Parts: sequence; structure tokens; C-alpha cells
Amino acid sequence: MFLINCPYCGERDQQEFKAGGEAHIERPKQPTELSDDQWAEYLFMRKNIKGVQFERWNHAHGCRKWFNMARDTSNDEIKAIYKMGEKPPPQ
Amino acid sequence: MRNKYSIFSLIKNALSYHENWQRAWKDPTPKKEYDAVIIGGGGHGLATAYYLAKKHNMQNIAVVEKGWIGGGNTGRNTTIIRSNYLWDASAGLYDHALKIWEGLSQELNYNVMFSQRGVMNLAHNLQDVRDLKRRTHANRLNGIDAVYLNTQEVKKFCPIINTSQDIRYPVLGGTLQKRAGTARHDAVAWGYARGADEMGVDIIQNCEVKGIKRNGDVVEGIETTKGFIKTKKIGVVAAGHSSVIANMAGVRLPLESKPLQALVSEPVKPIIDTVVMSNAVHAYVSQSDKGELVIGAGTDDYISYSQKGSHQIVEGTLNAILELYPIFSRMRMLRQWGGIVDICPDASPILSKTSIKGLYFNCGWGTGGFKATPGSGDLFAHTIANDEPHKLNAAFNLNRFVSGDLVDEHGAAAVAH
Repeated sequence: MFLINCPYCGERDQQEFKAGGEAHIERPKQPTELSDDQWAEYLFMRKNIKGVQFERWNHAHGCRKWFNMARDTSNDEIKAIYKMGEKPPPQ
Repeated sequence: MRNKYSIFSLIKNALSYHENWQRAWKDPTPKKEYDAVIIGGGGHGLATAYYLAKKHNMQNIAVVEKGWIGGGNTGRNTTIIRSNYLWDASAGLYDHALKIWEGLSQELNYNVMFSQRGVMNLAHNLQDVRDLKRRTHANRLNGIDAVYLNTQEVKKFCPIINTSQDIRYPVLGGTLQKRAGTARHDAVAWGYARGADEMGVDIIQNCEVKGIKRNGDVVEGIETTKGFIKTKKIGVVAAGHSSVIANMAGVRLPLESKPLQALVSEPVKPIIDTVVMSNAVHAYVSQSDKGELVIGAGTDDYISYSQKGSHQIVEGTLNAILELYPIFSRMRMLRQWGGIVDICPDASPILSKTSIKGLYFNCGWGTGGFKATPGSGDLFAHTIANDEPHKLNAAFNLNRFVSGDLVDEHGAAAVAH
């Protein structure tokens, strides 16, 4: 359990938020041309990093907006929060 | 030859105040090379080593463990064993394990305290009733014992359940698997460790894997905190840390590691002599031999390796427990903890070869791996020894995420994952 600084609402309890998993996985531009391997990569395969990971979060019980977060998964420490469409911060 | 445990050895050792028991496994330094190395000294990893030595005549093998054996999720779970899964592939896998559990204490000469006290799953809405009836039929077609109970039969089997129809999620029925039950979790790790050690397996504790050495698409060995170990076959059984090992080897896995919490109460006299699980409200409870209520909570939705979960997850489970068992309202909780579980998109495990020759993964057991320990070890040993899966774990290959042939047990298993 931790506090999350929503870029739109400010600091709120983590239970107001929904985790959306790994960030920056791009939706295939031409889905009809994808091989089964490429689909598997897009749909299922994840880095699942122990350490700093970029991930998506949604303020589900607040403004309901999506945003990105850089978080150390080994101790849940939040390193940076940035809006959708922005580039991840340098490590 | 190891001393056999029996009533006579107990009496003999009592005479010397239990100070002269032989140690159950050695503490060897790693050799330069092994025929196979298992990464992860939990129940599944030790069972894999045990069956490799016993059934496949591979004695020159090692288990490397970064902490101490059985100190990971093997010692953190809620010890429930059952095989009432919906799909044929899962039924085959979990019932294979259950059949081994039934003779495991004798086979290992180690009391794993396997207790077939039954597992009851409750239905709280009409869809639950339909799902549980369907699963009961599916189980029986697969030769797995299962009966459907109405509300009165649920009350009769476990009288402390509140079956009033006035509660928020009333009990509408349930299923019962009588062959299911519990076992002493760390005894399972210790029993397999002792058995494997006796056949010559090196169990190397406090030895963390730092890298996987590959020559192209073939494994050559592992870098560890105790030096390089050469081997042609690596079986990874690292539970929540499977992705960490996979990232070292450059293998992609579909896993997400999340905290799963459990808690126990203060010990009380026997009050619940079975295991009761409830999917819809996420509450399950049993009682340990020490008298503690053993309660399993759910997973958090975010990825974490921190072994801490969120308070509201525990609170939600306890709310549900109190509605179903008002008698527990003044119980005090003694301990709460979190373990990291590796969850697959289809909530089924992976016991599989990979694109790298000699590298095998046994992972993705998610929130329910303990029950499968003996079967998982047996089938994974078969996969490593023959470089081919056994027919019971063929469906649990890594390629199913490419072919789309998933074993979707998210809602189909008896509890939510």
C-alpha cells in the first residue's frame, strides 16, 4: 500500500487506483499482417522486471484518467509519474 | 544409508534427549559440473530433483537455492490440496498430484501430515450455482470425486457457516471434494530434500543465480554467488522470480509477479474440520493442527516483488469471513504475510521446454501451486530427462500463447485467481 501522486488530482491512496501493467507496449499498426509469434509477443509476453519498471495506472475511483509511472517493483518506491504520450524519464 | 524414521527411532532418540538425530541433508560445496541443475529449492524444485534421481537415474544433479530450502512460497502458502479443476488438462495434472500425495508420507518416510479433510467450495449467486454444478459433472467425467451440496447439506457439513438467506451474499449451495485437504507445507520441502539428498543430489543453499551462460541456443551453465557451475540442462523452478531468470537467459515469458497475502489467527480449539473456499466473496479458511485459522486473501493488481500487499485486500477477505462465520468476530489475527506469485494470463502453469536447448521452465503456478508439488516435480523431471513433455503436461507448454490453445482456468478453477 502506498500513496500515488495523480498528475490530475494530487496525492491519493493507492486503493483508488487500478494498475494497468507494463507501459509503452505499442498496439500493432497493421494487425492483419502480424504472425502468431508477433501476436503472442504483443498480447502476452511481459518484461515483469524486478527493479524500475514503466507501467500504466488508472485513477479508477477519482478522475478516471490514465497515466504512466516509473516504479521500483522490488520495494514499491515510485520514481516518477508522467502523462500518457510523454516519453519515459531517463533511468 | 540414512536412518529410517519410525516409532523405534523416535524412542531411541528420546533416550538421548533428541540430541543425536542424523542431519536430514548435507551442505555440500558445488561441484564444477552437473548433468542437470535445478534453480529453486522450494517444494517443486526439490520434488523435480527427487524424481530425476529416483525415476530417471540422474544422480549427478544439484538444486541451487538463493535462500534456504522451503523458505520461499513453499512456507508461505495456505497448504490446500485439491484437484477439482474444470478443464481436462488441468484435471489430469492436479489429480496426478493428488494421487501421489495419497502415498507421499510412506514413499518419503517423512510425515507430510497429508489430511484428506475435504474441500468445500461455496456458491453465492445463480451463476455460481450453474458453474459449480457444471464443474462437478466435469470432475466426475474425469474420474475426480465431486458432489454438489444444497444449502442445508453445506450447513450440515460445516455447521459454523452462516446460511441465513438475509446476508449480502447468501450461501446457495456448494461442492465438496472429499479426497482434497491439506498437508504440512514445509515438511513437504524437507521430505523431498532428505529423499533427494539420500540419492546423491547436491542441495546448495545460499547460492543465488546471477546469470545463465549460453552458447548460441544451447545452455552451458550458470553463474552463481558460489562460482560458475557447468551443466547441459537447467530446470528453472523459481516461482515469483521466474521472469528474473528468464530475463537473464533472454527468454520471454507471459508472467506477471504479484503479492498474494495470507494470515493466521491465534490458536484455538478445533472449530472447523475441513477447508471452505468461497470464490465470489474471496474468503477461504481452514484450521492448522496448531489450532490457528489459516486464511487466504487475494492478490494485488500491480506487479511487485516487495512481499508486501495492500491492507484493503486483507480487510476485504476478513469482511467476507466475518459475514460467513460470525463466530470468528472476536478472533485476533496473529500474523500476516505476503508472497510473490507468478501469474499466467490463463491462470494455468507452464511446464515446458524453451527455444533454448537445455533450458526448461516450471512456472506460472500463480496462486495455487502448492497442491501440485508432487505431480509438478514428477512431470517436470520427465520433461527434463527426456527432453519431451509427459502427456499430462503437454498442454502446459510455452507455445500455447502463440497457438492460442490456452487452458483458461481463471474462472473455471474452483476459486478466483
